[in-house]
Amino acid sequence: MDVSQYLEIFIDETKEHLQNLNEQLLILESEPENENTINEIFRAAHSLKGMAGTMGYKRMQKLTHNMENVFSEIRNGKMKVKSELVDVLFRGLDALESYLENIQASADEGTEDNDSIIVDLNNILEEGLGQSMDSPKEEQKEAIEKKPESAGSEDFMKYKKIVLQEHEIHAISKAQEEENVFGITVYIQESCILKAARAFLVFKALEELGDVVVSNPSVQDIEDERFELDFSVVLLTKESMEKVKASILNVSEIKDAAIGYFESTQLKETENSIENAMNEVAATAAATAVKPSNVKETTNGQPQKKTATKPVVNRSVRVDIEKLDVLMNLVSELIIAKNGLVSIGSNEDTSKDSAAFNEQIEYLERVTTNLHESVMKVRMMPIETVVNKFPRMIRDLSKKLDKKMELYMTGEETELDRTVIDEIGDPLQHLIRNAADHGLESNEERIRLGKPEVGSIFLDAYQDGNNVVIEVRDNGGGINVERVRQKAIDKGTITSEQADSMTQKDIIDLLFLPSFSTAEQISDVSGRGVGLDVVKTNIEKLGGDIECKTVLGEGSSFVIRLPLTLAIIQALMVELGDEKYAIPLGSIQTIEDVPCSEIEYVQTKEVINLRGSVIPLIRLDEVLDVEPREEVPESLTVVIVSKGEKLAGLVVDNLIGQLEIVIKSIGKYINNNKVISGAAILGDGEVALIIDANTLV
Amino acid sequence: MADMKKNASAGAKQYICVKLGTEQYGIDIQYVDNIVRMQKITRVPKAQRYFKGVINLRGEIVPVMSLRLKFDLEPDEYNNATRIIIIKLEAQAAVGLIVDEVKEVVTLDESCIEKPTYNASDGKTQYLSGIGKPGEGLISLLNIAEVIIEKENA
Repeated sequence: MDVSQYLEIFIDETKEHLQNLNEQLLILESEPENENTINEIFRAAHSLKGMAGTMGYKRMQKLTHNMENVFSEIRNGKMKVKSELVDVLFRGLDALESYLENIQASADEGTEDNDSIIVDLNNILEEGLGQSMDSPKEEQKEAIEKKPESAGSEDFMKYKKIVLQEHEIHAISKAQEEENVFGITVYIQESCILKAARAFLVFKALEELGDVVVSNPSVQDIEDERFELDFSVVLLTKESMEKVKASILNVSEIKDAAIGYFESTQLKETENSIENAMNEVAATAAATAVKPSNVKETTNGQPQKKTATKPVVNRSVRVDIEKLDVLMNLVSELIIAKNGLVSIGSNEDTSKDSAAFNEQIEYLERVTTNLHESVMKVRMMPIETVVNKFPRMIRDLSKKLDKKMELYMTGEETELDRTVIDEIGDPLQHLIRNAADHGLESNEERIRLGKPEVGSIFLDAYQDGNNVVIEVRDNGGGINVERVRQKAIDKGTITSEQADSMTQKDIIDLLFLPSFSTAEQISDVSGRGVGLDVVKTNIEKLGGDIECKTVLGEGSSFVIRLPLTLAIIQALMVELGDEKYAIPLGSIQTIEDVPCSEIEYVQTKEVINLRGSVIPLIRLDEVLDVEPREEVPESLTVVIVSKGEKLAGLVVDNLIGQLEIVIKSIGKYINNNKVISGAAILGDGEVALIIDANTLV
Repeated sequence: MADMKKNASAGAKQYICVKLGTEQYGIDIQYVDNIVRMQKITRVPKAQRYFKGVINLRGEIVPVMSLRLKFDLEPDEYNNATRIIIIKLEAQAAVGLIVDEVKEVVTLDESCIEKPTYNASDGKTQYLSGIGKPGEGLISLLNIAEVIIEKENA
């Protein structure tokens, strides 16, 4: 049966569970006794296992199963949480994540068994329980063995392990006098999706033949699909063994059924074995988890080939149904507006037309604006989905670098466009690694400087107008500007004369140049020199920009500004010569009319003094090679744009007006120094280029 | 190159025959998406010299280059016969080529195609994939990928 249709849901939910596990494990590490957390972890691990099993990812299932065993012992209070245990569990989570990545890329989990993690888990389990060497060892052996059925019929005929209650034993021994008592274990195919339904059909078939006295797992659990691929029952019937077996196998998607007489000796045994039954069930479950993997490997070849290159999963967004309702409403309004226009068009009386026409156009405008807003909202996701993996990362870094640090995050609920969310993760991760590795001083150094021993890294996100700002801050040593200056001179990036004339800010900006790393030591955390420049390019690709502020000895902060959306923006249309350009409204501060007489010169560059602040003028016609106007006007129209705190005045010939434009890429064939960030198609079909004010300021 | 081999097995290949000045050029028909009339081109500042700008092709922005400028010929003079040939290479965005005139579609058998002699001192030979002899006159067959994709320091 094909499970690919469930793949997207599986991936989404697995991600959620893994994230949840990561978070809860972090809590567990700091509060080992927190019962709620343990329960939450157990639940997440359990659903993960079930889901992986249903989808046929056996290796993943096996690993989660082993992790779940550990959680279950912790939950039962038989084990204490130790830091080695948490380390192994985190390794397990990482392994699960890599399974998930494989699945996302190729619909297949890959061939890594991660046996070492499983062995470690079991060792810890063994130690923690202080048990004799045998039982967990055995479990391991079984887990690694490929074909556990061949090990003996015990594993196959699981009904022998059914735990009986007293009254059931009584009923069975009484029935044995006149009826056959069969123990049956039914195996469902791994590919089966509605296991509960199949089980139900089996039960129905069995009940026609006799009475089902006991079932393992309980009927309730089977109905809720809380079982692996097999279940066992004890059946009282007058029919023969063959007939019972045949009627079970009649139900589709049943792989096999083991049947045998349920003997009275077994009854006694089971009576006594309630204690260790738990262990055994766990062991066999582990065994079944591996068993089908052989089958899977052979059947897998085909889909693997098909999907070798392209990821099998489309990117999906989960959308609140309310948002969709709003969309639906707007679309119906759109239709009404269209009908309004149609009726005007067919109206004979032309005198009233233009007024009614304008009214309809206004209505249409309102609807499309709302529609745009709602579609945007559908595309928005809280930044949380990216940043919530960072606490875990900080924990690992803290151990690796042997520095004490804490991460404080605010504004995780800030929403960003889905495409931005997908791309922002790596740059942020990089900045946080940088802060942890280079930013924060070592523990001793901090104590010596009289700072709190535990370093702090802050990640703040908030909305600022049409932008979202994300700040990564640390209270470490800050950037040594002099060292950067020296390094730049040594590397030949700048000459020493240039260095003298550069401001502190200019020097810091050098850090964003390719292959510029000031770290004296290259560690595997960061400092290979492929750092900040990549961060900067990535962010600029998203239409944002990054800025760095630092105070020596007090820490540094990186401020990222990102546009709220990418596809549709409000822009100011301006005219230069006979060409039209669009300037995104988001970067515009004000528009000023400046008399030519007020232009002043600083270092031969034109500036204006606007209400106390000196703003450099940029002649757009020169930058864009537009034919200059012949007569020199008395005053200039200046569009003041900002990038962070920097301002600049763009001189344009004429203002046309504000327009909502759809940004289109001009393709990668044309390279034009990034001044043009894209193009928009105007109402008359003409193309207007969009000026990226950020690159000019 | 892989494309050439693939087509060689099919035997004959079809080319769109275009004119630039007095010369005839052939463009492999499998890369041609569309042929449109000359329309308003929006200039893109700071672009390469041979890129005339971008056009609006039914809601898509398509960059347009002048083959004449690319081949260092006289600049274009647009008239009624001028056409923009929209090229779509696999997995690449569309790009338009301005030509003086589109003449016809010619079918060339493999035997009618002569390999170009490679001349290292002349950078322009890389744009050719062969010379076609359809009977009368010669057609320079363009290696479209080379023409479109910008080489570093080209």
